[in-house]
Parts: sequence; structure tokens; C-alpha cells
Amino acid sequence: MTLEAGMCSNGHVSYPTHPLCPECGEPQEETFDLADRTGEVVTWTHSTATPPGVREPNTLAIVEFDVTDISGASDEFVRALGQVTTDEVETGDTVEPVYVEELRDPDAGIKVPESQDWDGYRWDPV
Amino acid sequence: MGVAVIGASMTKFGQRDAWIRELLSQAGEECLTDAGVAPDDVEHLYVSNMASGEFEGQTGIMNLLAHDLGVLPAYSERVDQTSSSGGAGIYEAWQSVASGASDMTLLVGGEKMTHKTTGQATDIIASITHPDEYKHGVTLPSFAGMTARHYLERFDAPRESLARVAVKNHRNGVDNPKAQFQKEITMEKALESPIIADPLRLYDFCPITDGSAALMFTTEERAREITDEYALVSGIGGATDTHVVHERDDPTVMGGVVESSEQAYEMAGLGPEDLDVAELHDMFTILEFLQLEGIGVAEQGTAWEMAMDGATAKDGELPINTSGGLKSKGHPLGASGVAQGVEIYEQLVGEAGPRQVEADTALACNVGGFGNCVITTIMEAAE
Ligand SMILES: [Zn+2]
Repeated sequence: MTLEAGMCSNGHVSYPTHPLCPECGEPQEETFDLADRTGEVVTWTHSTATPPGVREPNTLAIVEFDVTDISGASDEFVRALGQVTTDEVETGDTVEPVYVEELRDPDAGIKVPESQDWDGYRWDPV
Repeated sequence: MGVAVIGASMTKFGQRDAWIRELLSQAGEECLTDAGVAPDDVEHLYVSNMASGEFEGQTGIMNLLAHDLGVLPAYSERVDQTSSSGGAGIYEAWQSVASGASDMTLLVGGEKMTHKTTGQATDIIASITHPDEYKHGVTLPSFAGMTARHYLERFDAPRESLARVAVKNHRNGVDNPKAQFQKEITMEKALESPIIADPLRLYDFCPITDGSAALMFTTEERAREITDEYALVSGIGGATDTHVVHERDDPTVMGGVVESSEQAYEMAGLGPEDLDVAELHDMFTILEFLQLEGIGVAEQGTAWEMAMDGATAKDGELPINTSGGLKSKGHPLGASGVAQGVEIYEQLVGEAGPRQVEADTALACNVGGFGNCVITTIMEAAE
């Protein structure tokens, strides 16, 4: 499992990946893993009215990863949304991705369980 | 070709016993009567609805309604653009008349939601998100919470400014007999209500609602023959932003609002300074700020000051959500954009009763998802 970001030939970076770059329409031919990086919390919330199969409260954060070291990247950062391992989080916190096999109960919601992956990464404050 | 609105209707919004079939036909029939149009005269029928299949198991509702209203063999189509299905329906209806394809177009928007639990309804709505968002249990309210926190922190806006939006729109809703809630709330009540998505609380969110609304469109020429009381669709625009919300360059800018309103202003030959009244998609209080900034009424990071100053109140310089907004009127997904159109039409033809303000030019901004798809409509009173 990776936290895979995509990059086009013009160096635009996105997470998640898209077949064509949302910025310029060129194919995203390169990918790289964000899972071994740390990121910074841009914003967060404690979601307390959660749908069936989702933990409550569900603390979520949007995290910004610096990608200036990626060769060929013209974007300076890429953002990703994810659950937080703890309810104690603040804007500006440094977090690292930790792998979780099942982020919510695949059988409880409206989506067909087989239609998508249910594993992924939570943000763990460093 | 000039496109006119000659009739409008809206069912009571709220927790209704009626299912989607009855809700749609009730609004549709009332609109035919209000417009003075015979079912036979309807050439196109659009039905705005996000999820009748998911909520109720009823699909094919354009056909169902066309048959129930006796408008056969009119062309019929269901329009789904999630929460902006109603606005998208206005866009389709406008196109049908502007293109010459139809001389008389009925638009009915509706949704039946309250029979589901809050969790189930939240999940149906959250199913619009990208798989990499959905698996984290993200909901539309949680996007609102994260965006509100970022807005408040970045622009140093007081938490009270959001509560003021809720208090204002509940105040406006008192004068709307079709609203789900016709009761005022206090700042204390809003600020002390339970947390739903920190920093947002219960009163920062619209309720879950059943209801339907309808509008009748025709050519300007035909409108003049039929009635003295009509409004013109002078500008309309629609745009799409990223599906993945965190991929936007600036989390406080709704690109679809900016783009669609620019298109609408350009078509109408107007600007934000020309507006007399507007309906904005206040599914969450924070959205009223983002849209005021997106449609160019306020600079980025300053719309909260308008809430604090009372500039958006009914007696303020630009009344926002005289209908009570989604906040107090309720938000039956597919109906909401149509109901926004109903309110600005009624304001322009002088049928808004106790909610009436002086208005020749009005705007409605209907937001789908979390700004994912947006339709902005400008109507003007007929000369
Ligand atoms: Zn690119």
C-alpha cells in the first residue's frame, strides 16, 4: 500500500492520481509515494455526526506535503485528506502517515464494498 | 431568444408524509395553475432530483411526473447535479427555451429524504465524494468544518459571524410559510448547540428535508401575451470545480462560484453592484461567506464583516436569503436550486408578501457537493 501521488510531464503534482493532469491535461506518467514523508496540518475537524460504519468522533485533517525535493516537480506542495489517529490535533502540527487496514466498515455504508479500497493512511502527530 | 419565468410554486418544506411522486406532482400542478398554462402546452419537462433511487427506490421520475401531470408527449428528463440539481434544472430549462427547442418548459425539483436516519441520509450525500475521501468517512458537514476553521484562522474572523448567518436566516424564515422552521433563534442558542463538525455546531447546518418546487419558463414574447407579471433570466452560468476538495488551490475559494457568476454577469451585462437581492446556498453558514466573496460582493476574507454589520439582513444593503435560505427553509436536495429561483422570481414580481424587498435584479447561486458544481442565475423584473 502506498499513498500515491501522480505527476505529469509539466511537473504538476496531485493526490490522488488522475489519468490526465487536472492542471494541464497531460497524462500523469510518474507517481511517487507520500507515505514515508511528514506533512503539516492545514485544517482539521472533529466530525461527530458520522455515517454508518464510521468511527465517532471522526477527526479528519487536510495535510500539506512538501514536494520541492521531487525531481521534476513544479508544484511546491501537495495536499491530502485523511483521518487522524488522535482527537488531539492542531493546525500546523507535523504528522506522519500510518497504515490502517480498514478505515471504516465496508459493509455498513451505501457503496458496494468491492467497488473501492478501504485501507489507507491516518495522520499521526509526530 | 429572451427567456422568461411566468409561474412558480413550492410545497411546504419539512418532514412530509408524501413520497417523491406526490411531492413533485403537487408542485408541478400548482405551477401550471400559477402560470395559467394548460398541461398540453408544456413542451419540455425537467425534473431536478439527486437521489430518488437511493432514497426511495423510485427511478424514472421524469416519466412518472409527465404522466401524472398530463403533459405527454412532452420531452422529459431528470437532471442530477447533486445539491445543485435545481440550479442545473434552471440551466436546462433556460437552454430549452433559448435554443428554440421548447416554447413552454416546466421545471420541477424535489427530494424525499426524512424517512432515512440522519446517518443514512448523510451517507447517501457523502457518496458523491471521491473514493479516497469517502473511505475516510468524510461527510459534507466535515468539509464545512475544515473550511470554516481555515477561514476563521486565516482571516481572523470571529466565530460569532457564522452564528449571525444562522440567526439572520432563521429570522427571514419566520416570514416564509413554506419553510421547515419558522422560528427565530438567539446567538446563544446557535453558539451553544451541539458540535457537528468542530468549529461548526448544529445551527450552522441546514436540516434534512422533504419538498418540491417548480418554475415555468417560456419565451419573452409569449410571456408578454400571457401575463404582465414575469421575470427574465438575463444571465446564467454553470461551472465545475475539482471533485477532490483538498486539491483546490485555495481552500477558501469556490472556483465554481467565481466562474459561474462571471458567466452570468457577462451574459446579463451586470456586475455585483447591480444586485438588489440574492439567494445563496447556505447549506452551511460558512458557505454564505464563500459565495458572497465568490460572486464578487465582498473581497476575499471580508464577507464575515457583512454578517456582523447587518449588511445582508432583510433591511441591509444587500438582503441575502430572504426566503430563510436552506438554513431555515430546509434543503430537499433537488428542490433547493428551484426554490431559490422561486424566491427571486417572487421578489421580482412583487409576490413575496412579508419577505418583499425592493428588487429589480436578483441572483441565485446553487452549490452542488462542496462547491463541486455551481449554477448562478440572474433574473430581472420585466420592464
Ligand atoms: Zn500538468
